Amino acid sequence: MPVSTNANGAKIWQLRNRNQTLARWAAYLAGVAIFMWCWQRISEATTWFFVWDAPRIAADIGSRAMPPRWSYMDKLWGPLWDTLNMATLGTLLALVMAVPVAFLAARNTTPSAVFIRPVALFIIVATRSINSLIWALLLVAVIGPGVFAGLLAIAFRSIGFCAKLLYEAIEEIDPTQVEAITATGASRWQVMAYGIVPQIMPAFAGISVFRWDINIRESTVLGLVGAGGIGLQLQSSLNTLAWPQVTLILIVILAAVVIGEWVSAKVRGAII
Amino acid sequence: MTAVTLEARLGSAWKKPPLISNPALRWGLFIAAAVYLVLAIASIDVNWARVAEGLSRGWAFITSFFNPDFVSRGSDIRDGILESVIITVASTVVGILISIPIGLGAARNIAPLPVYLVCRAIVALSRALNEIIIAILLVAIFGFGPLAGFLTLSFATIGFLAKLLAEDIEEMDKVQAEAIRATGSTWMQWINYGVQPQVMPRLIGLSMYRLDINFRESAVLGLVGAGGIGATLNTAFDRYEFDTAAAILLIIIVTVMVLEYLSGIIRAKVQ
Repeated sequence: MPVSTNANGAKIWQLRNRNQTLARWAAYLAGVAIFMWCWQRISEATTWFFVWDAPRIAADIGSRAMPPRWSYMDKLWGPLWDTLNMATLGTLLALVMAVPVAFLAARNTTPSAVFIRPVALFIIVATRSINSLIWALLLVAVIGPGVFAGLLAIAFRSIGFCAKLLYEAIEEIDPTQVEAITATGASRWQVMAYGIVPQIMPAFAGISVFRWDINIRESTVLGLVGAGGIGLQLQSSLNTLAWPQVTLILIVILAAVVIGEWVSAKVRGAII
Repeated sequence: MTAVTLEARLGSAWKKPPLISNPALRWGLFIAAAVYLVLAIASIDVNWARVAEGLSRGWAFITSFFNPDFVSRGSDIRDGILESVIITVASTVVGILISIPIGLGAARNIAPLPVYLVCRAIVALSRALNEIIIAILLVAIFGFGPLAGFLTLSFATIGFLAKLLAEDIEEMDKVQAEAIRATGSTWMQWINYGVQPQVMPRLIGLSMYRLDINFRESAVLGLVGAGGIGATLNTAFDRYEFDTAAAILLIIIVTVMVLEYLSGIIRAKVQ
């Protein structure tokens, strides 16, 4: 621990020695410089007049948005049902696709660690790093607008997430149980069904409910790119500047998210 | 000895116990799930003719991944990615700086009750709203451009980071913090030497993870006019320029992979 002496010869404790302090300051300087450069670029691309005007605009929008148009609610039940379906069916479809990928990606169950595992890992990274809105954009261009495109977007986006968590759960299983089942002379599939699946079942259920909760949130905005659900209503209300309807839709979305989170917490509490 | 007693002695074959032991609940859930599935699938009308027509386009998109076009819209892609990176870095830095005090305030073992409630309310608000919805509202208020995206991601970062930081602080080892307090330290010194060393590794790991999430999110903010690569991507899809879209998606995937790899290294180092 570095110690320096003051003029009287008394020792003073310091957290870091001189070189460490210098290196630390240099790192901070670089960080601040990078941030300031980023800020400058953002600032150049901003019309500051609009920003100074923002409080007035926000107050204006706020006064237009209140009170919410409750009568619009009867047009929202259909889209809300679509949104729920996109999230639920999308999650189910994603699980169907994620399970094989997870088994191929886990070190202890993959048939080939050299050839197949990297492919499975690439599928996981690629589907995970593309946002569900981009998937929806792509699928709307390919198969046309509608709930089906949204459902597939949710499903593809969720593969990577579910498969990643599931393969980590598979890698953490207790090998002695698998060994015990193998010792009874069980076939490969029997080992899978009685040795591995019971061990990962709680994790699997937890992951599916967790992802379903996230998918409820994501499916509420997919309509913005034409993939069905309540986002479509949001988009059209925004385009016609019908702010009371926007308020109502935001309230409905918030309620859906809160209920989804509550359900998922209850189910997870019951499973684990 | 008759055959009956032999059967009785052998017993019946082992059956796998069901997942839910109560039969009424099991069948009730099963039937409810089946009814829901039928209703849900029936309510989705798929235009199969349109899907079949789109399949060739889908195939064109997949093949374009093998010869992506980085060049013909090169300057647009470069500007868009640069803007995305700038938004990501700036919003992550600001988000972390703001979420540290809020995270301290949202930890029940450090903050007094009123502060705790206010900070928890901020966290809940930030987590409940989807980034895209916040971006739409902020674009309406602040106008088009990266500033709206920057503010959106900063706000979203606060909810994520402050919540996890607060949970980490609540789980910390009280003894160390108490030892620092017993030396007669001020409140700042207590936080700095008693609490901060315990949560720092996790804070760094979470910040790296959030940087990764923010980059992914910044790629879609452009769809609603909040700056970044999303606008370019949207235009590419609208014009069916799949090779350009594939190039952009590849850049995003590779960047995310690099970020994930780097954050893995950094997390392994600090923990």
